[in-house]
Amino acid sequence: MKRKLTIALSGNPNAGKTTVFNAITGSRQHIANYPGVTVEKKFGTVRHRGREIEVVDLPGTYSLTAYSLEEIVAREFLVNEKPDLVVDIVDASNLDRNLYLAVQFMELGIPLIIALNMVDVAESRGIRVDAAELERLLGVPVVPMVARSKQGIEALLDKILETADNNPGWRPAVLSYGMDIDQGIARIEEIIEQSEVYDRKYPARWRALKCIEGDRQILDLLKKDPERGERIRSICAHTSKHIIDTLQDDPEGLVADHRYGYIAGITKKVVKRKIESRLNQSDKIDQVLTNRILGPVIMLVILYLIYLFTFTVSEGPVGWLEIAFARLKEAVAAILPEGPIQSLVVSGIIDGVGGVLGFVPLIMFMFFAIAIMEDSGYMARVAYMLDRILRWFGLHGNSVIALIVSGGISGGCAVPGCMATRTLRNPKERIATLLVVPFMNCGAKLPVYAVLIAAFFSGDKPRMMFLLTLLSWGFALFAAKAIRSTVLRGPKTPFVMELPPYRMPTLRGLVIHTWERTWQYIKKAGTVILGISILLWAMMSYPGLSEEKARQFQESRNAAMQDLLENPHIKGWIPEGEGIMELSGLYESFSRAAKEKDQRALARLRRSPLTALVEAAYFLETGHSTGRVPDPDLLRAAGSLVRFREEMRRLDALEQQAALQGSIAGRIGRKMEAVTGILGFDYRINVALIGGFAAKEVVISTLGTAYSLGEIGAAEGGSLSKRLREDPEWNPLVAFTFLVFIMLYVPCFVTVVSIRKESSWRWACFSIAFNLVAAYTVALLVYQVGRLLSLGTG
Amino acid sequence: MKKIIKMREMADNQEGIIAGVSARGEMGRRIREMGLVPHTPIQIRGRAPLKDPVAVRVRDFILTLRNNEADHIQVEVEVPDPPARG
Repeated sequence: MKRKLTIALSGNPNAGKTTVFNAITGSRQHIANYPGVTVEKKFGTVRHRGREIEVVDLPGTYSLTAYSLEEIVAREFLVNEKPDLVVDIVDASNLDRNLYLAVQFMELGIPLIIALNMVDVAESRGIRVDAAELERLLGVPVVPMVARSKQGIEALLDKILETADNNPGWRPAVLSYGMDIDQGIARIEEIIEQSEVYDRKYPARWRALKCIEGDRQILDLLKKDPERGERIRSICAHTSKHIIDTLQDDPEGLVADHRYGYIAGITKKVVKRKIESRLNQSDKIDQVLTNRILGPVIMLVILYLIYLFTFTVSEGPVGWLEIAFARLKEAVAAILPEGPIQSLVVSGIIDGVGGVLGFVPLIMFMFFAIAIMEDSGYMARVAYMLDRILRWFGLHGNSVIALIVSGGISGGCAVPGCMATRTLRNPKERIATLLVVPFMNCGAKLPVYAVLIAAFFSGDKPRMMFLLTLLSWGFALFAAKAIRSTVLRGPKTPFVMELPPYRMPTLRGLVIHTWERTWQYIKKAGTVILGISILLWAMMSYPGLSEEKARQFQESRNAAMQDLLENPHIKGWIPEGEGIMELSGLYESFSRAAKEKDQRALARLRRSPLTALVEAAYFLETGHSTGRVPDPDLLRAAGSLVRFREEMRRLDALEQQAALQGSIAGRIGRKMEAVTGILGFDYRINVALIGGFAAKEVVISTLGTAYSLGEIGAAEGGSLSKRLREDPEWNPLVAFTFLVFIMLYVPCFVTVVSIRKESSWRWACFSIAFNLVAAYTVALLVYQVGRLLSLGTG
Repeated sequence: MKKIIKMREMADNQEGIIAGVSARGEMGRRIREMGLVPHTPIQIRGRAPLKDPVAVRVRDFILTLRNNEADHIQVEVEVPDPPARG
């Protein structure tokens, strides 16, 4: 008796496989990838009656052919790892089609248990399945269950132990596929068994059947024994020709027909139907939700509501995280001494990682909404309704999900968008979708748009946003068309797809689905983003100012301080010793207390006689009175202080600008002017674009520094808008060119990593190059055509 | 009177019995593994807003397939007898 058992969980999509898996393993789950492929491998363990059972969740499939990656992965796992048995989850309300997979397990011969799931749903539709009779006819244990309410899970686990301990071994079932094929199989089986070369992991009969079916993977294995391989091939060809001649069908089709025939013979005996209700609940819902006129309208409303829900609900938590990271920055800045280490931790690490983690609530709610759409069955309807349009562009109905998640209704994120492409089965369609999702207007691009629209298209914000949304869809779809007719040319995949019945999602399922995806996003922030943030920080901070330049700024500061010290109005106010520094410190404390309306702190500060001056300066600078009206002498003194502070801020900003200009990024930006000049972009825009590679919202803060505004956050773009509007280098045409460029250019680094994860480094690099070329070409067209029409200059 | 037509030509809600599947290769495999095999009763449930794909009830579930895929499926349907010539 083996102490530890390994079982594989299998079943059709929508048969409740995930529910059973979750019910058995609870939270003891792990996710990995099958070696070399992007198919996810989920596994978990459970203890039952003192025995440990490892459960491996195979990909959901309808069949065990060599046509799709999932099916190859599933059957390779079975023959290589030889699990103790397979539990096939079978939807009782849909028995024929679900047994099609079960029969193929029987043909393979692996010990099998059928978990007859959703017997409640079947009953409600007037379908009653006689489990005992099914068990007798198939010769396979059958356990009826309702996984959603955990009914039958115990019985299933008991049956697993019982079946494994009886150790039935692999016994391929012998079905009849008609005389011609049966004879062919028998002859091939004999040849295979004679061979010393062919490995024994595949049962000979199953292998023979697969040869007859024309299974590419199994046929390739024949080469190991060339002489016998040739004989087998000739039997297959002969059989195939004979069937085509006499029955106008191919062996593969004939085998499928016979499997279904065998199944029909069984289900006729075990399924009892009450009067068939022609319209069940699901059909009634579909009459409305996929109605030719109402369907699209309702779909748009639902998508809009999801967008609204995600952004409204996440607004609070995103704000809290922002505050939390700001506090963390302050705290770290207070602990670490000023210098490169502090700058690295605060501007490099906390800003970079915080910028990504700040989006976690948004992403989580978006995933939650998607999980509802998926688990309820509505997602399949969206794909169904939009397939006709997307097909024309070489995509698939299911591509729409990825596009919407990435920001199709403006606001979203391409990272979960990339993950959403997993529902696409055809690799070409999936990669084409992956390559165009970064064109969508994700949440990080929106603040950049806001600044530029406010600066150059004021009053037109809703219309501009709508235009940008349309543009991004247009670009994405036509780019997909271009990709699918060149580098990814290939046939469209069949759309044969199940519209699963509508189901009420379970909270548990929603939580698990949401968390799985969110965690993958969080993990990335801790690794890749950390690295790239440090790199970009270093590029924008080093080599820093030359000593010469730094001394010039220091001299200017000293001069400003000297001026203040010698100013007759303020002379008596400067304290001994610390002097101006103490005054500045007091000002900071006072302004913080005043902003937070902290009366106790204000009262404490007012004990210092200097506070009167500081208070007057605060009044002059902000226009906010704090209660006391200063006299004219005091105002004059305060005026000098305010002018001094302005001068210092100006010097700080100039120094930052000079440092950025001299940094590696700044120099690259200068070099890039050679190619970006004809787009109207100078080095400052280029530096901002480099920064945007970390995350698109970084464009705002980098532009702020480049235009010597000092540090500004994405939320306070107002001053930047004003500055850009007044800059002679900018005009509406440059701004619009920049907008389009931001929309299309290189996806942010996390997205590139996601694309790699869903495909390969090759495609990730292609994505960078492709997007750059697309952005450059479109921006060039916009700018040069705009100039010809003398737009934006008037 | 019974007549064999392509699935594409069927009207919404029309019922019939699959007479043959002429698709080969991957498409043929996808169509068959979903249960669209000869002798299976089907009913057209509806079509997407742009009249393609088509939703079909097969046994106890609903399948969607594109019109160019439906072209490969022959269905035996009941048609009204032509009026007798008199």
